[in-house]
Amino acid sequence: MCSLPDERAGRETAATITLSQPLGGGYHRLRFAPDTPARTVPGQFVMVRVRDGVAPLLRRPFSIHMVERGEVELLYREVGEGTAIMTGLKVGDIIDVLQPLGRGFGEGGEVPLLVGGGIGVAPLLYLAHSYLAAGKAPKLLLGGRTERDILCHDQFSCLAIPTKYATEDGSLGDTGLVTALLEDEFKAAEKLGALSVHACGPVPMLAAVARLAEGAGVACEVSLEAHMACGLGACLGCVVKARDGGYVRVCADGPVFDSKEILWP
Amino acid sequence: MAKKLDLSVKVGALELKNPLIAASGTFGYGSEFADFVDPASYGAIAVKGLSLNPKEGNPMPRIVETPAGMLNAIGLENVGLKRFIEEKMEYLRTLDTKVIANFFGNTVDDYALMASRLSEVDGVHALEMNISCPNVKAGGIAFGTDPKLAREVVLAARKETGLPLIVKLSPNVTDIKVLARAVEEAGADAISLINTLTGMAVNLDRRAPALANVTGGLSGPAIKPVALRMTWEALSAVKIPVIGLGGIVTGADALEFLCLGASAVQVGTANFIKPLSVLDILSEIEHYLTAKGIGSVTDFIGTFRIP
Repeated sequence: MCSLPDERAGRETAATITLSQPLGGGYHRLRFAPDTPARTVPGQFVMVRVRDGVAPLLRRPFSIHMVERGEVELLYREVGEGTAIMTGLKVGDIIDVLQPLGRGFGEGGEVPLLVGGGIGVAPLLYLAHSYLAAGKAPKLLLGGRTERDILCHDQFSCLAIPTKYATEDGSLGDTGLVTALLEDEFKAAEKLGALSVHACGPVPMLAAVARLAEGAGVACEVSLEAHMACGLGACLGCVVKARDGGYVRVCADGPVFDSKEILWP
Repeated sequence: MAKKLDLSVKVGALELKNPLIAASGTFGYGSEFADFVDPASYGAIAVKGLSLNPKEGNPMPRIVETPAGMLNAIGLENVGLKRFIEEKMEYLRTLDTKVIANFFGNTVDDYALMASRLSEVDGVHALEMNISCPNVKAGGIAFGTDPKLAREVVLAARKETGLPLIVKLSPNVTDIKVLARAVEEAGADAISLINTLTGMAVNLDRRAPALANVTGGLSGPAIKPVALRMTWEALSAVKIPVIGLGGIVTGADALEFLCLGASAVQVGTANFIKPLSVLDILSEIEHYLTAKGIGSVTDFIGTFRIP
């Protein structure tokens, strides 16, 4: 990560909403222009204070979906009070943002496989851009319950990267789980060593992805999500079990982990 | 030009450049916040509670948001005394602020040993004994809620340290004055209160507790009225300095405790909401005192009157 003009790497900044777009199915795109831009890497996240006051009290964490011309885009599903308020924000409204937070994705292999389940696609667009810019040949594997849960067609299709879909009801792509697509990639690969896996989605999916990748000897990164209070590594409210004992913090040690760091359920 | 406002305060022998202390458990070991705010903006930092050995803490979920507050059941996860000294103190020593080592134990001997060992650590300016954490199933809870046990454990720690010894009281008692007097008699140099209030949240979807530990500690603006009442009661019961905390998120909140007579205040949950809280609170205090024509925080402390 590049350094900012002064010594502090992170910022609490006011940010102006520049786009608020419902995508149907409770999914939503929100873009903002921070007063003080920060240098970010794919996989990092932001903490949004959806409004002043004490309800809701805590910030909400969102992975960075895309960064373009200094503006940061979030992709989220409305799940409760905080996200409902976010969805009610209009272009021109001001939010208070902490960014950038956490450890992002690594360099990846020659052929990074980007694996997303449902809203887990959120950090993968920025990652795809970054890998393309680095001269890699990323592929995208997306899964969801139905076609409605497969997001960002347009944003990915203009990148023209090989993309496969799996839905549980067969409404788009293969019928089944995204993990089956990953198995196919492993089987078809000429050189497993060229692959790397970068996954985000529900924990059972990530656990299955991690098992497959480890079985095939392919490097695998996972991006975890968690309820958080501080987002800075202080409150210890967002931990997950680590494979070598104890806990790791999703916010500060992650949210992107080597899949081998995690003790999967 | 007007004389510069004097923000410094004294908590017994402990001199602070301003009355704000980062509350234990909400500011890590300082470095976690360094990207977002200068940790030395605080007059002192009470570090994450320490035990003799590292503690893994409770299973997840550990936190849940509640109206104007949050419940936590972290389970006192910490790096333990050895790693604190080896890995955390070097950074803390570089900060131009006071370091308060918060600690806890499961037996009287644990507390005595921790007090003794922490007193020898270069860069630790004061100790804060957590005798009140409601999250630990064994130990802690009994000391903070029973005057005899509280007296015994504070006596034992007192013998082992020459540093200012602050005892952090549990609010989960019938009469805080009894506990405050007990720890004063046992030799505490100061009292801090309140720790979190024991609470509970229900996940109605699952008809199950929201926290893996079932119960947790409530903090945030929701508890401020209780904290003010208990600070007031403690001040009426003891002569040693009292540090007030519980739900402070604004300068006005901090001033309310100071007005009652608290020698300093701690800021906790506000750090989670806004890392820059410390700077906002300080500037709000400055504005208030300037507007009232009061030249120093010490002149303001204890000016509360019941008409």
